[in-house]
Amino acid sequence: MNLLGLAWRSLLNRRFAVILTVCTIALSIGLLVLVEQLRSEVRTGFYRSVSGVDLIVGARTSPVQLLLYSVFGIGDATNDISWETFEQLKVLPQVDWAIPMALGDSFRGFRVMGTSRDFFEHYRFGNRESLALARGEIFDDLFDVVIGAQVARQLGYELGDRIVLAHGTGRVALQAHDDHPFTISGILAPTGTPVDQQLYISLAAHRAIHIGWETGVQRPGSTIDPDAARDRADELRPNAITALLLGLNTRAAVFDLQRVINRYRPEALTAIMPGITLQQLWRITGLAEQVLRVVAALVVLAGLLGMLTVLLTTLSERRREMAILRANGARPWQISSLLVFEAGLIAAGGIVLGVVLALVVQSAAAPWLLANYGLHVGLSWPEPWQLGVLGIIFLAALLIALVPAFMAYRRTLSDGMQVKT
Amino acid sequence: MAELLLIEALRYTWPGQSRPVLDIRRLELARGEKVFLFGPSGSGKSTLLAAIGGLIRPDSGRMLFGDQDLAALRGARRDRFRAEHLGVIFQQFNLLPWLDVRANVMLPCRFSRPRARRAGNVRAAAEHLLQAMDLEPGLWNRRADQLSVGQQQRVAAARALIGRPALILADEPTSALDSDRRQSFLDLLFAQVQAADSTLLFVSHDRELAARFDRSLDLTEINAAGVSA
Repeated sequence: MNLLGLAWRSLLNRRFAVILTVCTIALSIGLLVLVEQLRSEVRTGFYRSVSGVDLIVGARTSPVQLLLYSVFGIGDATNDISWETFEQLKVLPQVDWAIPMALGDSFRGFRVMGTSRDFFEHYRFGNRESLALARGEIFDDLFDVVIGAQVARQLGYELGDRIVLAHGTGRVALQAHDDHPFTISGILAPTGTPVDQQLYISLAAHRAIHIGWETGVQRPGSTIDPDAARDRADELRPNAITALLLGLNTRAAVFDLQRVINRYRPEALTAIMPGITLQQLWRITGLAEQVLRVVAALVVLAGLLGMLTVLLTTLSERRREMAILRANGARPWQISSLLVFEAGLIAAGGIVLGVVLALVVQSAAAPWLLANYGLHVGLSWPEPWQLGVLGIIFLAALLIALVPAFMAYRRTLSDGMQVKT
Repeated sequence: MAELLLIEALRYTWPGQSRPVLDIRRLELARGEKVFLFGPSGSGKSTLLAAIGGLIRPDSGRMLFGDQDLAALRGARRDRFRAEHLGVIFQQFNLLPWLDVRANVMLPCRFSRPRARRAGNVRAAAEHLLQAMDLEPGLWNRRADQLSVGQQQRVAAARALIGRPALILADEPTSALDSDRRQSFLDLLFAQVQAADSTLLFVSHDRELAARFDRSLDLTEINAAGVSA
């Protein structure tokens, strides 16, 4: 049996305290890894959601707010864009396609977006992938609705089911558009983006269900009959939309067009480039991430100090043990290295368990993130630099173990052959 | 008989004390000899064993082991000497509680390659010694702290003997045993010391045992430092 074997057997002998120490270190490592993994996965998730959009246009507001409410369904718009503006922007020569977004309704907590067929044709996610229908088709009838994959999965809806949308975006529906039930005509294939979290109706339908709601609540007797609405479907269009997504003919035009839109005279608008606005968002969240990192690092330090405490407290108990080893030929450095090996085994156990813990929590949190934010968080192995950090933590544990190792060294020199008490 | 260890003009003072605890003019141990060393508490028995074991370094004097002066060796060399040539048995607390009996016996061979070489197949040597010390195979895989005190002392003797060290130091190994067990322990120990051709330095204050040894020494007579406590 070599020294490592002896260290292992000695640890097994004190397994209760050792397991607790390993768990402490594992928790701290788990936290550290998890913070980093979620950070990078969430960022990737955000970038995946806007991969094909060159500009997002909304009423004058802060860029980050516009990005969050238009694409990610976080927060609400404070103002709308007039239909005329939309008509003018979409025919600009630089513009390849324009996707209107009319928000403001919801269905059991999921957002309803009034849009055109351009959305299904031009919206891109992930690695520039197009949207696809898992089943059914895009709106045929005026009161057809296409639902996202997550909506279908979570609420258990199928093609042909009839649903009633709610006015407003809260989770609790206070007012329902119950005069105009919709029929599910299509279910989108999963994308791992907020697209899965929404329902899609045509702009004409969006207008139809809001006739008589101009003041924010329904005026009694003012609504349009569904069949009458169907007859007028071609002329129905909203007075205003919430935002629009633009794809350009050439990306080189993006800065010019952004300037043009931001200076648009008839109406105060904000145009943003999603990638750049995400960077701004990261700068805002960066501080919180730094705090989390520091906290995680401090927790790791606390874990290592806990290990030091355990090693130091056992040092007195094990004085006799060390004298026995010494009497049987162990040299002081061998006894010291036993302690370093023990620390190494504890730290290695803690690190491995911590990474496993992080992966488990990550996979457990993934459905929640998907359900609440439409963010697809994949299981990912720590990146090389993270493994480097773990290596440094391992070395730090060995360094810390030098303290009890040195004390044991001194003690074995001063103790005689036998410690009788 | 040929000489194994010759101690001359050995003096040792514990750090921080003014009077030496050891002041031995001359002490000889012959190869294969079984020597009984007695003396009251505080007469310097344990200090003498620690000096021979190389755990403390004398202030002056010589301890010749063959042509090697142990008193002049540096720390690492003394450690190597102890690992190679010494077997030790204490009064109690001899074994690592978390190792099984067999692994405890094999322990010295872990720290000295020459000793492992002398033992040959270390595992077989350990089992042979355990059997010779009257410990049945059923006990070999048990944790050391599951054995009775008498069994533990026999395991400690087996461990001291593995790899046939030149010198066995026994520091009151029988004082925790009752009279019958004491005699049978000595029977087994003597037989194996003889078989290993080792020298035995047996320290005790129980002078009834002295008759069984080749020679007995009164430490108060050979240690001029006298009783310090």
